[in-house]
Amino acid sequence: MKRLFAVLAATLLAVIATGATAQISIVIDEGNRDATPIAIVPFARQGAGLPAEDLAEIVDGDLARSGQFLPIAREDMLGRPSVESEVFYRDWRAINARYLLIGRESMSGPQLRVDYELFDVTSQRKVFSGYEAGPVSEARMLAHRVADEIYEHLTGVRGAFATKLLYISVTRVPGGKDYSRLTMSDSDGARPIVLLETQEPLLAPTWSPDGKEVAYVSFETGRPAIYRQELATGRRQQLTNFKGLNGAPAWSPDGKTMAMTLSKDGNPDIYLMDLATKQLTQVVRHYAIDTEPTWMPDGQSLLFTSDRGGKPQIYRYDLRTGKTERVTHEGNYNARARVSQDGRSVVMVHQQDGRFQIAVLDLVTNRLTPLTSTELDESPSIAPNGSMVLYATKYAERGILAAVAVDGDAKFRLPAREGDVREPAWSPYLSR
Amino acid sequence: MKHLSTASKTVALLFSAALLVACSGSDTKEQDEAAAAAAAAAAAAHSAQQAEDAAQLARLEEAAAQVGNVFYFEYDSSTLTPEALNAVNAHIALLHRNTENIRLEGHTDERGTREYNMALGERRANSVRDYMVANGISSMRIETISYGEERPVAYGSGEANWAENRRVELKPQ
Repeated sequence: MKRLFAVLAATLLAVIATGATAQISIVIDEGNRDATPIAIVPFARQGAGLPAEDLAEIVDGDLARSGQFLPIAREDMLGRPSVESEVFYRDWRAINARYLLIGRESMSGPQLRVDYELFDVTSQRKVFSGYEAGPVSEARMLAHRVADEIYEHLTGVRGAFATKLLYISVTRVPGGKDYSRLTMSDSDGARPIVLLETQEPLLAPTWSPDGKEVAYVSFETGRPAIYRQELATGRRQQLTNFKGLNGAPAWSPDGKTMAMTLSKDGNPDIYLMDLATKQLTQVVRHYAIDTEPTWMPDGQSLLFTSDRGGKPQIYRYDLRTGKTERVTHEGNYNARARVSQDGRSVVMVHQQDGRFQIAVLDLVTNRLTPLTSTELDESPSIAPNGSMVLYATKYAERGILAAVAVDGDAKFRLPAREGDVREPAWSPYLSR
Repeated sequence: MKHLSTASKTVALLFSAALLVACSGSDTKEQDEAAAAAAAAAAAAHSAQQAEDAAQLARLEEAAAQVGNVFYFEYDSSTLTPEALNAVNAHIALLHRNTENIRLEGHTDERGTREYNMALGERRANSVRDYMVANGISSMRIETISYGEERPVAYGSGEANWAENRRVELKPQ
């Protein structure tokens, strides 16, 4: 048993490589009709050693993906100011820009520094100015942080661009075993890093609440097992190796407990593992299938999928009272819930007219609203600010990632250059 | 099986040889001849039985091969269909005559969520296992595993592909 929990050699399978990764790019399908026009001027570049990336373009892409902003094309701009004294509001009113963002990149010792200023074109005043600094290798992250600041100042909601995504990509090997890779990228799909590669199935990637570790299910030993892996070191630990299913890991909000599905006692039930002691507690026991646990943000209850009523539906288990209640009532297939940070919205896979779609249930009004209209949508994951839902779907017979605004108004796709991409998991907010 | 039948042949040969050795010091030639004849008859009967067993095993193997080692299921169901029952029965008959250990791999189509499908695949593998156990096959000889929807045989959507993927595969352990 000691061997079971031993830290596995990171070099064995946890490869860090950028070759052969499924790089994903962005295609915006639908923006909000009321999107705010914003002009993002290319940043002025002062001095040597600046990054090759076009940082203003990264900010532009972030704001466009949110669906709430409509960045204006560079060729339509009548000027390229980089300091306040060069700003002429009439130039920006002429092209119907509501806001204007200018910026400057410079090197401050080994650090890249990005200064930026945001102007309200209508009221002709500066809204906000600030700067971000960090290593040149993190230039893209600095741009995402600028986008976060702009987003928060203009919408009142914290931005979630300086975050990461986890996903599984699979390369088919006709007549042989497929390659599965666990990949981490920036929130816009850039900078993919392969965390694990195996020819056995990989699934259910999920984040620790501090964003420093991931957990997943790997069949690399020939049987399913749950692993946790530190991102900074690649250090891995096998958490389970039980007979039957070892699946659906879900970290508790305090990071101390892992909820999971095990069938070691006969059929799939929900268990909690104390990560310090590895002690297991069975919390949901029923002869039906009970799986896909997820935590409510207060850590006091779990949502899970059960077919105890004949078809899969979402149930809620209260850890204090030990009581279970059914949450979904509409439709004959509702599964794999994920909850927004405010605890109000539950996104899930919902079957309607034979199609599997992503739907959101408002726990206050009990209203269920479909967010997507494609056929095989699954694995919804909510951005930490609750604005967007990332999910997996099929497009032209291939698995791709797509996102939709929680209000349903904006959609974009993240097609991979190769292979099938699935099971996205949006990171929590990341500390600097 | 192969090594077992070889072993029993060896035992029979040794037995015959021991008889011959035991008799070699005896008084009369007649006694020797009688003993040798008895041993030869026993050996002949034994090998006839062996031949019959081997033929029966071959017939059962043939029957199992005929029905195949993949059992198919309806959507979101782990109930054995009449076709699947027929196929599983052929393998049960064979398992009663051999000593092989088997592995049952449960699979689903791509519809529905991945972890629910893991559970559904396990339920399918278990339903084949339980039926085999109910029909006298030791559960110790059966290992089950679910791959959910992660190991399709037919890529692509549509009922024709889905039907091929909703299956339990029987494999030697």
